[in-house]
Amino acid sequence: MNAFKLWYHKLGSPPYFYVFAGYIQPWLWTIALLLAAVGLYGGLVLAPPDALQGDAFRIIFVHVPAAWMSLFVYGVMAVSAFVAVIWRPKMAEVLAMESAPIGAAFTLIALITGSLWGKPMWGTYWTWDARLTSELVLFFIYLGIIGLYHAFDDPRQGARAASFLAMIGAVNLPIVHYSVVWWNTLHQGTTVHYFGPSSIAPSMLWPLLLMTIAAKFYYGASLMGRSRVALLSLERGKDWVADEVRGDTAHG
Amino acid sequence: MRSVETLRMDKFLAMGGFAQYVWPAYAAFFVILAGDVLATVVRRRRVLRELRGRLARQGTRRPRVSA
Repeated sequence: MNAFKLWYHKLGSPPYFYVFAGYIQPWLWTIALLLAAVGLYGGLVLAPPDALQGDAFRIIFVHVPAAWMSLFVYGVMAVSAFVAVIWRPKMAEVLAMESAPIGAAFTLIALITGSLWGKPMWGTYWTWDARLTSELVLFFIYLGIIGLYHAFDDPRQGARAASFLAMIGAVNLPIVHYSVVWWNTLHQGTTVHYFGPSSIAPSMLWPLLLMTIAAKFYYGASLMGRSRVALLSLERGKDWVADEVRGDTAHG
Repeated sequence: MRSVETLRMDKFLAMGGFAQYVWPAYAAFFVILAGDVLATVVRRRRVLRELRGRLARQGTRRPRVSA
């Protein structure tokens, strides 16, 4: 436990985090791509067409992982933002602020793929129902956080303001999640359950789960890459950055 | 004569008549994530170029003082 605690505290140090992130990033990438390759094959080729939706249901394998990630990334960002506001470690600010664009990307994907799925199934690309509207609000909250962060000359001040917004915006998370329960909506309810049996065929479930895990690893990989760049920029003037830049010049 | 493989491929690409919805959805997924990766690559290059310029200006004239 002591070794773990020590390692955890070391991760809070920018130069250590920079090296650590650089080390695990290729592994995260490899796992993400392998899982996605198998998941895509399972979803597009092996899984049979849906009894009701035919092959249109295959959009699920990109739509649902993206929609889950839109909430998951927000959760990680909100926790980092909370830590950043209360204890002010620089790493928490970096992780929160660099998560925002990734979360926005996943939210945009969920909106676009959902729209493309809605047209053949519901007959419309868009409707102002609870799930769709709250997901759109989530996208705007992400954009607000990114915008606020960049509106300040001092990035640390920007991160602090944007972290507040991220914490407040977290009230939208349960609204998105429970929108299909609380309101009568066009969007279908939950079919995958953590507890108890899921109402989805195993041949469709395993590719979906693989794509979901792949998306999580992608998030990790992207976050490591983004945080590394952010650290170089934020810590300019520090010796370790100068060393890193010289080393990088040496090998291209 | 079209081979069996070609026919199977055509059937796969047709997505049971939903090709115009399924493939753009997959394209959106990969293009947007590729954009996320590309944005980071571009930013990394810009930041490194900036920092290299900074180092070059400081040169070896005076010992570097960490901020």
